[in-house]
Amino acid sequence: MSEGIPAKNFGFGEDEQMLRDVARKFLDEKLPVQTLRDLVAKDPDAVYERGEPTRWDEGLWKQMVELGWTGLAVPEANGGLGFKLAGIVGLVEELGGHAAPTPLVATLNATYVLAACDGENASSALGQIADGATASLAVTDAKGSWDASACDVSAAPDGDGVVLSGTAYFVQDAAKAELFVTLAERGSELILCVVRSDTQGVSIARDHIHDLTRDQGRVVFDNVQVSGTDVVSEEAKSPLARAWASVLVTVSADLCGCAEWQLQATVEYAKNRKQFEHQLGFFQAVKHPLVNAMMEIDRARSLVYHAASCVDAGSDEAATASRMAKSAASDAGAFMSDRSVQLHGGIGFTWESDVHLFFKRSMHNQALYGDGSYQRRLLAETLIGPIEG
Amino acid sequence: MSEKKLNQDQAEFQQYARDWLANNAPPPPPVRLPITAIEVMSVEQRDYLQDWQRKCYEAGLVGSDVPTDYGGGGNTGFQRIANQEMSRAGTPFLINVIGLSMAVPTILEHGTHEQKQKFVPGALSGEEIWCQGFSEPGAGSDMANQQTFAEKRGDEWVVNGHKVWTSLGHFAKWMILIARTSREHKYDGLTYFLCPIEGHEGVTVRPLVKMTGETGFNEVLFEDAVVPDTMRLDDVGKGWTVAMTTLTFERGAAEGAGGGGGDTVHPIEQLINLSRSSYRDGKRMADDPVIRDRIVQQAITNEGFRQTQKRARVPALVDHPMRIPLQGKVTITELIQSNARLGVDIAGAASTLYKLDEAAPDAGHWPLSYMNSYGNTIAAGTNEIQRNILGERVLGMAKSK
Repeated sequence: MSEGIPAKNFGFGEDEQMLRDVARKFLDEKLPVQTLRDLVAKDPDAVYERGEPTRWDEGLWKQMVELGWTGLAVPEANGGLGFKLAGIVGLVEELGGHAAPTPLVATLNATYVLAACDGENASSALGQIADGATASLAVTDAKGSWDASACDVSAAPDGDGVVLSGTAYFVQDAAKAELFVTLAERGSELILCVVRSDTQGVSIARDHIHDLTRDQGRVVFDNVQVSGTDVVSEEAKSPLARAWASVLVTVSADLCGCAEWQLQATVEYAKNRKQFEHQLGFFQAVKHPLVNAMMEIDRARSLVYHAASCVDAGSDEAATASRMAKSAASDAGAFMSDRSVQLHGGIGFTWESDVHLFFKRSMHNQALYGDGSYQRRLLAETLIGPIEG
Repeated sequence: MSEKKLNQDQAEFQQYARDWLANNAPPPPPVRLPITAIEVMSVEQRDYLQDWQRKCYEAGLVGSDVPTDYGGGGNTGFQRIANQEMSRAGTPFLINVIGLSMAVPTILEHGTHEQKQKFVPGALSGEEIWCQGFSEPGAGSDMANQQTFAEKRGDEWVVNGHKVWTSLGHFAKWMILIARTSREHKYDGLTYFLCPIEGHEGVTVRPLVKMTGETGFNEVLFEDAVVPDTMRLDDVGKGWTVAMTTLTFERGAAEGAGGGGGDTVHPIEQLINLSRSSYRDGKRMADDPVIRDRIVQQAITNEGFRQTQKRARVPALVDHPMRIPLQGKVTITELIQSNARLGVDIAGAASTLYKLDEAAPDAGHWPLSYMNSYGNTIAAGTNEIQRNILGERVLGMAKSK
């Protein structure tokens, strides 16, 4: 890796390809779309009417842990593999492409923030993740502020440690996570600490979300004791800023994987379904939007790999590249989702079709950490400069 | 070409190209240059650009990968480097764009040894300018519907017909020409010729005036024009296949024999600069949230195009071999069009000012470039046809005809 300069092949070499191919084979075999349906969408009333938790396959997750996936992003010094983000992107694209209900993306994102913390205190949590612990970021306030500039959790000094009170919102896969990387306000400072989900005073209030392939919730802290060694950063802004490009890239990769599935499924439908004595794909009103969606997906995918290679190279471009990737991936995801339902026609609007599983996962991802126009507003600050006057 | 590190020869060549371009920057043009080679109108423009191409050729930056037998450098993987360095240096475009990116690669693939010797060196040096005779009034997107007829008489062909949208035709010595040699078969009745144009009996070149008011392309009439059989490229009836080779190069799926140059300021920088000096009701466009969003969208699309070109060379990240190459023409032409359109929108009231107006932002570049952009979204197979091809060849959907 040459410092600052992204690799010519985005750093996507043999190891990265092998990981991607293993993930693809594993998920094709273990989680074909029919299996996914049976798992998460058997009964439309279960989640949406009766408020039951979204389902996931813990046994399958254990196999992913055995494959070493939780340790991929953990630095080698902390017992992980220190895998390049470019390789992680390949894996996460497959997760998105199978709409896999797993806490892996949440765990990866927590890992990136922990790995960006200075000092030794994060190493215990990183070690646990390398050994298979699940984790998630608890850094968002009730207003859904993605920039983590404010939070609704306060930290009162208590000996070496702190006592946490308040709530973290929009926590991804909160019901599955064992460790929360938590943003808290101590006086005028923002700090980061690691809190185990089974700690006294921690409770999870599940959000009722539309996405059937993950969970989300509020993590409530009621006088939760955190020892000094679990305060992983005395100053939250820098590690969050350093890790944020990676966070945006993983979610964007999930979006790209999702969108590619939607493209292929819709193209298949356009080949098989006949109307007016022609396959649907014969009609340019069907064909051309699918080509447009393909071009948008390709653009997004290229930007995602570019952003990953910037992160891997330690390039100054990483922040900009990752926001470009999230903007392009969110917009490609939104457009592809729109066309996937519309071009499937009547069936695409039904619960019976597989299309909605990916539509909802994509829509959740589009909003997560800021949609396209949000990313562009921030990019404008960098590329054009602040608004004057 | 798969992406790999430059070998030592290539790295040395890159350094050489960089040094040469730094030391041999062309003098400022005596007249305003058009945006691309296909809009070259005047003899002054032509002479200036021809002189520049000759210098680049002599320096080894053009035809770098063409065999030495045919006037090239005989190297491997040098042309892409030369193209990149010329772009980087912001030098003028190479005028013989059709010769370099279409005629030479096609002749090298389908021509005889004699044809390669006769036609390739002059195309590389730029001394012999080429034009393309594929489009006809009734054969636009439906390219196989050629009506120009070549009739065999002894060792010669007698050509009659009408070609249109012939860029550079008014300066061309040669044309890559598709003509019908049989009315029996639509596709197999076509044959490819290397046809003399300048001063050739029976050939008339008439300028067409574009919506911009510029010339630069033409219609070419053939009235009993005689073409010797030695100027037929590949077999009789193989014209469609040969034309597909040409179009692969034209549509950007392959490297060509020379290119690059022509870009000066990055288009997004241009838009940002424009937004800082354009106002609406006294407020800078650079501070308008909608305009800021649109500029950033363009920046993302530009960067996405660049990174997709890069990804095309990483086989592990490409699902279908033609998926990215066949998108190139649509994405680049629409990117240029939307950049130009945004420039027009940012300029606001001043976007009404055209080339001659001293107050026109960037000397009228934005409306001119916007209007000219339709040449590229229409030419080389309209973008609608490209989308059919992508939908059919890459995604495998039913043919729309």
